[in-house]
Amino acid sequence: MSEEKGRLLKIKILRYDPKVKGSIPEVKTYRVKEAPGMTLFIVLNEIREKQEPSLQYDFVCRAGICGSCGMIINGRPSLACRTSTKSLPVEIRLTPLPVFELIGDLSVNTGKWMRRMSERLETWVHDKEKEIDFSKIEEKMDPDKAEEIYELDRCVECGCCVAGCGTIRMKEDFVGAVGLNKIARFEVDPRDNRTHDDFYELIGDENGVFGCMSLMGCEDVCPKDLPLQHKIAYIRRKLVALKNK
Amino acid sequence: MKVIYTDALVIGAGLAGLRVATGIKDRGHDVIVLSLIPPKRSHSAAAQGGMQASLANSAKGQGDNEDVHFADTVKGSDWGCDQDVARMFVNTAPKAIRELANWGVPWNRVRKGKREAVINAEKVTITENEKAHGLITSRDFGGTKKWRTCYVSDGTGHSMLYVMSDRSIKQEIEIHERIEATALIHDGERCSGCIARNLITGELIAYIAKATTIATGGYGRIYKVSTNAIISEGIGTAIALETGIAALGNMEAVQFHPTAIVPAGILTTEGCRGDGGVLLDVDGYRFMPDYEPDKKELASRDVVSRRMTEHIRKGKGVKSRYGDHLWLDITILGRKHVEKNLREVFEICKYFLGIDAAKDWIPVRPTQHYSMGGIKTCYTGESPTLKGLWSAGEAACWDMHGFNRLGGNSVAETVVAGMLVAEYISEDLEKNNNVSISTALIEKFYNAEKEKIDQLLNGNGTESAFELRDAMETIMMDKVGIFRNGDDLIDAVNELEELYKRSKNIKVSYNSSASNPELVTAYRVQKMLKLALCVALGAEQRIESRGAHAREDYPERNDRDWLKRTLATWDSDDATLPKLDYEPLDIMKMEMPPGSRGYGKDNIWHHPDTAKREKEIEEIKSNMPNADRFEIQKALLDYPLPNKYKGKNERLIEPLS
Repeated sequence: MSEEKGRLLKIKILRYDPKVKGSIPEVKTYRVKEAPGMTLFIVLNEIREKQEPSLQYDFVCRAGICGSCGMIINGRPSLACRTSTKSLPVEIRLTPLPVFELIGDLSVNTGKWMRRMSERLETWVHDKEKEIDFSKIEEKMDPDKAEEIYELDRCVECGCCVAGCGTIRMKEDFVGAVGLNKIARFEVDPRDNRTHDDFYELIGDENGVFGCMSLMGCEDVCPKDLPLQHKIAYIRRKLVALKNK
Repeated sequence: MKVIYTDALVIGAGLAGLRVATGIKDRGHDVIVLSLIPPKRSHSAAAQGGMQASLANSAKGQGDNEDVHFADTVKGSDWGCDQDVARMFVNTAPKAIRELANWGVPWNRVRKGKREAVINAEKVTITENEKAHGLITSRDFGGTKKWRTCYVSDGTGHSMLYVMSDRSIKQEIEIHERIEATALIHDGERCSGCIARNLITGELIAYIAKATTIATGGYGRIYKVSTNAIISEGIGTAIALETGIAALGNMEAVQFHPTAIVPAGILTTEGCRGDGGVLLDVDGYRFMPDYEPDKKELASRDVVSRRMTEHIRKGKGVKSRYGDHLWLDITILGRKHVEKNLREVFEICKYFLGIDAAKDWIPVRPTQHYSMGGIKTCYTGESPTLKGLWSAGEAACWDMHGFNRLGGNSVAETVVAGMLVAEYISEDLEKNNNVSISTALIEKFYNAEKEKIDQLLNGNGTESAFELRDAMETIMMDKVGIFRNGDDLIDAVNELEELYKRSKNIKVSYNSSASNPELVTAYRVQKMLKLALCVALGAEQRIESRGAHAREDYPERNDRDWLKRTLATWDSDDATLPKLDYEPLDIMKMEMPPGSRGYGKDNIWHHPDTAKREKEIEEIKSNMPNADRFEIQKALLDYPLPNKYKGKNERLIEPLS
């Protein structure tokens, strides 16, 4: 690990608590001495513990796994926990993810949004609900197929793709790349009995796969490097073909 | 006063909580789940390497079955576990994994034919059975005789949690997010729900239920450096303790994982070593074979962690500004394997260390990882002393892990316990339909919580919650760590008791009763200090070494005096220390009487019953010369299971007729 010179970081945070009457959004600046190996997780905790006990933000795993800490970091949606200060200039601007309901400061209600998306797209394997005897040997699956599913299953629902999406600013009911990726994940899964017609019912409109303007913001900011554009294009092709039949 | 009624309340929405909730809902009961966060953010998602289940599909899993899994689990626990529960667990694990496969978890599958693998730092070729092609495969993990750990790359917990969470959405289970249970409602005999606080608005809510399940995970965050998520603060465990009636079991049993990165303390999975990675010292020397010639890097976690610490103490650690560490080398596995099968590890190394794990060694050291201790339950998952209170997963001391948990047995426990406990709760709900609760009782608990918060916000306190938490974490780290000794432990207990007294005098500087992270820290630290005291006092009193509890001043395992479970209770609000009782484990009922785990030299004071039971078992076996393994097992230990899960598990070599 290289020795960082202890810069004095200027952390500018957009602060606003909609629950507090008369609260107005304002940018407040905090100064934090940079330390080796410092991440924004460490920075924000230090600000809360030493300067601003009321500061709201969300971290859970602090390891880039759980997707809780999406925020806009110098203009770009990212996971704060794994962003090192070394990768940023002295002045660091933090604002909450747009689109999602604001809880306060940097904390947004991604949980509520994602649950609604899951309910709408029915993000689970649809089978015939046959009674299965789990004492018996499991059904086989092609090893490559299993890996292909996991590749798309890696989404952590952090909301960065939603925050980076142009379409959603114009159509608030757009399911976002996160939603379309879910469809791609279940489309690939042989255990899911849904047909392309079924998927068409769910996303065959302007709020679904035909709403995407291919600005590619989602893929640019996805912390898990999911092949979002590729998958959106694939689903669109499949559903267009269906219509042209 | 807002009051919400339901049949069953589940506190915690990780794998265990969700599996309990979906099971209860399947049986037709109403259930509400409370969660600090959106369920998919739960710490279950961080389980990387896999889930143990004896499917025996892969070439290196051949010959595996429940008996082998049981023996590994009991040995791993250093004979501290409840063998009934371990049996229930190993028989249900294959069913659990097959259920999850059916629900959508993309388990990695066996690929027929030859493949390259690394075993003991050498490249070998493994030939997979053609008949097993497409069945769920498994990797090697520490402390296991067979390759039994089923996995989804190194995102196993993530995939499992997403499937469980989506299933709960499918079942339309109500999940109340950002709600924290702060006290259990009870009348001294029966638990009837909880008082919870809305973390956004600050509103207090009374949840009233016939069955209340705590599934809030472990208490790793009482330590300064832990692999646990920052919400793993043990608050669910603490509110059970605060009833004064429910007991916590074996709180001193705390696991340290050998390979967390330095300094962030983030986990790199045991799968790194399972897949062939090795540990190196400052000279680049592979030291584990010197200490454990048989299992080497894949000895049980407690053993590897201690050996690493010993090696560092010999001056063989790598010096860094964050203290000494060792190296984990997975470069030998090749870039393709690292980027695909150990992808999380690769990402973590990239973002938190700035290194390329396919090329560079990873700085690691043993770090707090798992809480074997927790809310003491009987095999059904219910507290034996407080009816209506249930627990599952890491929050519980159900007790299948005893004093050391095997890697891969914890995510397995979450879903297995969830399946079984849901059945027992449902049976109980169907039996005890008329549980009444007085409004006065609800009000009493509601007002008590309200007063506590008022006191923190508006009282005359002077102490800082952040400082107290910091001091607690440091004491636990320095004095109640991997190696323990009497002097340090006595100091730790005294210092923690002092901190606990000071915690009654906390002042929160930010005065909002709504969303207020400082207030949350304040009431949590009061609870965490109680847990820390249970751990420290339990460790101080237990003058032997067993599993993860290693006393330098008492290095032997003492079955004669200490083959018993610690039970901690907190008698009253005025108490400043827990009360400890002990529950003996009955060797005469064990299927596997205490023996050697096969690490280092055999350092055990035997219990007189051990030889007696061994002889008895020999006789039972010799009287059944024609019996199969199931009949012998039943004769040795006839364990309970809900009917639904009693069936034998099918394997390629053990077809069901």
